[in-house]
Amino acid sequence: MIEAMRWMLWREIALAMRRKTEVLTTLFFFIIVVSLFPLGVGPEKETLSQIAPGVLWVAALLASMLSLNRLYAEDYLDGTLEQFLLGAQPLALLVFSKILAHWLLTGLPLVLMSPVLGMQLGLDVDSILLMALTLLIGTPALSLIGSVGAGLTLGVRGGGVLLALLVLPLYIPVLIFGSGAVDAARTGVGADAHLSILGAISVLAALLAPWASAAALRISLD
Amino acid sequence: MLKAAGLECMRGDRILFSNVKLELDAGELLHVKGLNGSGKTSLIRMLCGLVMPNAGEIFWGGESISDLKEDYLANLLYIGHHLGVKAELTGLENLKINAALGGHPISEDQAWDALEKIGLRGREDLPAKVLSQGQKRRVALARMLVTKAKLWILDEPFTALDVDAVKMLEGVLNDHLHQGGMVILTTHQAYTPPKTTVKYLQLGEAT
Amino acid sequence: MQIFTKAFWLQLSSPKVFYPVAGKLAPWFAIAAAILFVIGLYVGFFVAPPDYQQKDSYRIMFIHVPLAWMAMFVYIVMCGYAAIGLIWKTRLSTMMASALAPTGAMLTFLGLWTGALWGKPTWGAYWVWDARLTSFLILLFLYMGYMALENAIDDPQRASRASALLGLVGIVNIPIIYFSVKWWNTLHQGMSVSTSGISMEPSMKIAMFTLAFAVWFYTIAIALTRVRSIILERERHAAWVVDLAKAGGR
Repeated sequence: MIEAMRWMLWREIALAMRRKTEVLTTLFFFIIVVSLFPLGVGPEKETLSQIAPGVLWVAALLASMLSLNRLYAEDYLDGTLEQFLLGAQPLALLVFSKILAHWLLTGLPLVLMSPVLGMQLGLDVDSILLMALTLLIGTPALSLIGSVGAGLTLGVRGGGVLLALLVLPLYIPVLIFGSGAVDAARTGVGADAHLSILGAISVLAALLAPWASAAALRISLD
Repeated sequence: MLKAAGLECMRGDRILFSNVKLELDAGELLHVKGLNGSGKTSLIRMLCGLVMPNAGEIFWGGESISDLKEDYLANLLYIGHHLGVKAELTGLENLKINAALGGHPISEDQAWDALEKIGLRGREDLPAKVLSQGQKRRVALARMLVTKAKLWILDEPFTALDVDAVKMLEGVLNDHLHQGGMVILTTHQAYTPPKTTVKYLQLGEAT
Repeated sequence: MQIFTKAFWLQLSSPKVFYPVAGKLAPWFAIAAAILFVIGLYVGFFVAPPDYQQKDSYRIMFIHVPLAWMAMFVYIVMCGYAAIGLIWKTRLSTMMASALAPTGAMLTFLGLWTGALWGKPTWGAYWVWDARLTSFLILLFLYMGYMALENAIDDPQRASRASALLGLVGIVNIPIIYFSVKWWNTLHQGMSVSTSGISMEPSMKIAMFTLAFAVWFYTIAIALTRVRSIILERERHAAWVVDLAKAGGR
């Protein structure tokens, strides 16, 4: 079982390495969206550092959601998804591996890139580190929750926009606690509670989302 | 071993077939026949547990496959219209991953061996996207050489294969049946394995 | 009495049996809703005294609060039906879930609208990001997603299973979303439309609860009517529907 999960992880990463553009597209999307804000809001350092956590989180939400479209779509078209459903191990475990790979390939790069963007937006060092930490804890939840939506909208017409409609409202708690942490630390309340809740959301999503995604995939392939 | 009764399939609001029953024992071949749109593929996917029957139930060794789940799937090899071959991965990688996920992991040597036997010598290391349609099919079919699954369910396995490949595939199927395996297939190809019970299942009106 | 046996309730889950029952019940709920609306609105607008702080503007509460309660309640009931339909594969449950969705969305929308109207005299702005308005906005998104998914999938069975699963996911998320919005709101010292500032006279309570029941009965009447047409649509190839159509559709 563990071996099958390892194979799945290897497969996803090998596939991503052979078409690097997809990973890079998500990352550049993230960078571009964040860069649009100074252009739209104005370059005042005060304002920018004030909105920076929210901007970074919203951009991360959108970037993660954009990459979700491809999470199952290609495997669905070439029939490999069918074979996963017929595998000798619980589908939810394979799905978990796939989501883990998705996070490693799209979530983690965002986390690593966020300090640079935080600096651009004029955040101080403490805030930048805290910001990156919230992204590290929170982005797995985005991949997990999004996977359910991706499974449900598989092969549906207008799937991409529909996916956004389904998934974005469910991302709201992650957004609130993720971007709220920096504010809380700045106002001296302390970010511990935010981080704990963010972690709890990710853990809960990790426990439930693979099963829900597996059920969604079964429905979509029926 | 495999038994089903009263199967009914509904697509949209149309009933494709109803009251289908079948029984298959070790060493037997079931040939599903029917016109386009008669529900062959749906029946085959139903027997794999991919499509939920609207009515009726499927049993493997006396137990319902919806209870057995993975225990049933470990006995099953399915090759459908979509081959399940990833274009960016090599034939070798495809075979190894599919075998591992199917519950019968194989060694590097076994994989090389199987691909050579299926006629892909020298192309084992090429990404599947540069292979021809027939060669891609061979990559998928190579799983038949390495699997330990007893029940093979094949949807149109002969399409896009040249004469040699068809012969070889027939040989593989014959061996599997003689060793007590079971095969369910749809095909337009005339295929009658020697010394084997062949059953036919007609969906819709006869041609 | 037949009504006390389990078999009686079980057979109600068959669309064929439920169809005429729903047809008989719906008008009664509609009439009850209409009567309660009249009573509730009369008491609310003419009997209940004005509030010493909010004057007459607080009276929109009599409409807003029942709508808001019901919008949330309908979502939970809808998800409950969806879950039952997914787990026990009862067709009627998924049909009930589909029948409730548009009404729930409408109640949510009206809840937002009346909330905004109440907000203008209270805060001087139609929209303020307070906890309740924000969570209702999210609830509206959830309803929209549910209906959009159901409409986007062509195969009706797949559509109802997919939206049922989404409903299940939604019901896990509702408390989390609600809690997080509250948290976010307290952190940003937001204001809230609240009934706590209003000392509730007995007549106010009567108006509020009468209207709550009115909205409830209205929802039931509409859902029963809508589920009847969903039954006909999804079962149109069933023998009993064909017979029904031949007999003139009663």
